[in-house]
Amino acid sequence: MDLFEYQARDLFAKHDVPVLAGEVIDTPEAARAATERLGGKSVVKAQVKVGGRGKAGGVKLAATADEAVEHATNILGMDIKGHTVHKVMIAETAPEIVEEYYVSFLLDRANRTFLSIASVEGGMEIEEVAATRPEAVAKTPIDANEGVTPAKAREIVEAAHFPAEVADKVADVLVTLWKTFVAEDALLVEVNPLAKVAGGDVIALDGKVSLDENAEFRQPEHEALQDKASANPLEAAAKEKNLNYVKLDGEVGIIGNGAGLVMSTLDVVAYAGEAHGGVKPANFLDIGGGASAAVMANGLEIILGDPDVKSVFVNVFGGITACDEVANGIVQALQLLADRGEDVTKPLVVRLDGNNAELGRKILSDANHPLVQRVDTMDGAADKAAELAAAAK
Amino acid sequence: MAIFLNKDSKVIVQGMTGATGMKHTKLMLADGTNIVGGVNPRKAGTSVDIDGNEIPVFGTVAEAIEKTGANVSVLFVPPAFAKAAVVEAIDAAIPLAVVITEGIAVHDSAAFYAYAVEKGNKTRIIGPNCPGLITPGQSNAGIIPGDITKPGRIGLVSKSGTLTYQMMYELRDIGFSSAVGIGGDPVIGTTHIDALAAFEADPDTDLIVMIGEIGGDAEERAAAYIAENVTKPVVGYVAGFTAPEGKTMGHAGAIVSGSSGTAAAKKEALEAAGVKVGKTPTETAKLARAILAG
Repeated sequence: MDLFEYQARDLFAKHDVPVLAGEVIDTPEAARAATERLGGKSVVKAQVKVGGRGKAGGVKLAATADEAVEHATNILGMDIKGHTVHKVMIAETAPEIVEEYYVSFLLDRANRTFLSIASVEGGMEIEEVAATRPEAVAKTPIDANEGVTPAKAREIVEAAHFPAEVADKVADVLVTLWKTFVAEDALLVEVNPLAKVAGGDVIALDGKVSLDENAEFRQPEHEALQDKASANPLEAAAKEKNLNYVKLDGEVGIIGNGAGLVMSTLDVVAYAGEAHGGVKPANFLDIGGGASAAVMANGLEIILGDPDVKSVFVNVFGGITACDEVANGIVQALQLLADRGEDVTKPLVVRLDGNNAELGRKILSDANHPLVQRVDTMDGAADKAAELAAAAK
Repeated sequence: MAIFLNKDSKVIVQGMTGATGMKHTKLMLADGTNIVGGVNPRKAGTSVDIDGNEIPVFGTVAEAIEKTGANVSVLFVPPAFAKAAVVEAIDAAIPLAVVITEGIAVHDSAAFYAYAVEKGNKTRIIGPNCPGLITPGQSNAGIIPGDITKPGRIGLVSKSGTLTYQMMYELRDIGFSSAVGIGGDPVIGTTHIDALAAFEADPDTDLIVMIGEIGGDAEERAAAYIAENVTKPVVGYVAGFTAPEGKTMGHAGAIVSGSSGTAAAKKEALEAAGVKVGKTPTETAKLARAILAG
């Protein structure tokens, strides 16, 4: 889960990373009081989870409270690279910036460890620095069990050639930033820029944090950081029901068991769709291994509630779960939806293979539901579902 | 031969006495797995009757190894306790720890992986968030259904459980030497490369099927490894061409970030290494058949 800048700022502050004061608001008028609390001037910063805010006009200096209101009025509702601005942060203005640096900790998947990236050339995208001046980017592996000790922080500072006069302060920031990374179960903590300001202080002026959703069991406070307002309503409804669902932009609703098989199903439907007017998968939905009728019904309800969906492809490989149970689940789910008063009119193509497939197929045939068609291969079923979606478009 | 697991493997189950652990211990036994014990400190000294098999419960992995000579542990331990359980297995220097658990925090998996390396890599970790591995006809360590296929000469390595089953099913008449589900998490103990190296060295394997998915660059690195080190034919499949950028697709590690981790890049890298890559699982199975038919 990627956080907004203001949420990153709050977490940094909680773990003693030096930051400037700031508060988040969502109405222009609130910018006035917030700016007054900061002594009458502020920086108005669009809160969107995408880079390039400054260039897009989403960051403005306000010399007065009136100006802050004016900027907030302009920025709220602005579209930045497809992201609508719903909130702005009213931040304390920084003392004069002397230099801009970059520091981050992240998961290094390839080496199965953590990595520190540091550069004295901050303020721009680190990928850009790495591409044009790779020698200016220092990458230091961090042992997951040893972490960032003051000595390790010193090593990073030296590897990145930070100037001697800020070395101690940057090392302190690295230790507190690592503390944030571990304590919050983050996958990424990035400060860019880390600014050296007039007077010699080193301050995190902007930051990115991405949190590990697998750690929610021990991070009860993270739930409140979810951006429920801009979540897709179908995704939000699916999450409520503990379904693993991602909305896509096509017309064929997909239900399957197992993340890999569902990803593969999306691809197979997209290929099949090429022959049927370019129809595409409408969603990713993994109902998991031992999916009961209730889970199947919940999944079907979400998918049938998507107005973009014209046909549904249920693709199940019975591993441990037997296909007869899955078939019963589908039949019961359709009954359950009928009982809930749902008007089910979209055709379903069902492919069952694996454990007890014959029995499962027989159950579907015997039920003889007018909307359900059985196709017994994955590629064939995908083609049928794409054909039905194209016909209903 | 097979890889990592055979009829002589002595298997213990950490988390055996929980509902999932019991269900799968029963299935593993039915597949002929030599289950020699379970581990649960609160039930140490007791035993569990599973379909007429009296399985002793030990207090620690070390004790289980001492009493039974166990050399494989399969873990069905909930995410909150998984790190401690894997660390215990590493401390006991068990040669193979198969972590089935889904939903382990990355800071925990990174920590136990680093710990295994620190302890001299005496313990191979498979997973987490994986279906385990099976050597059909010999032993099954995990949750892969034992009745999909029979012993044969194809080796399979996959990030995905259900795609493993699908591929085993597609090629069920030919059979498999071993099938290894390495898991869909960002940090995993055994990689495609580890399995490719083992299959290359395994005289019972003639062809390798490698299944990948979006996220990270493990497939690209495997492709480079294949080009340099693998002489046996490799057939590949990659899932997730239609996955949007920035969305996690079910598996914690299955995410395209910016332009990295895409299925297209993985397919391209594999093909450049001489791997035939199928567009669908069925087509991939056909490619494997064509190669085996010569």
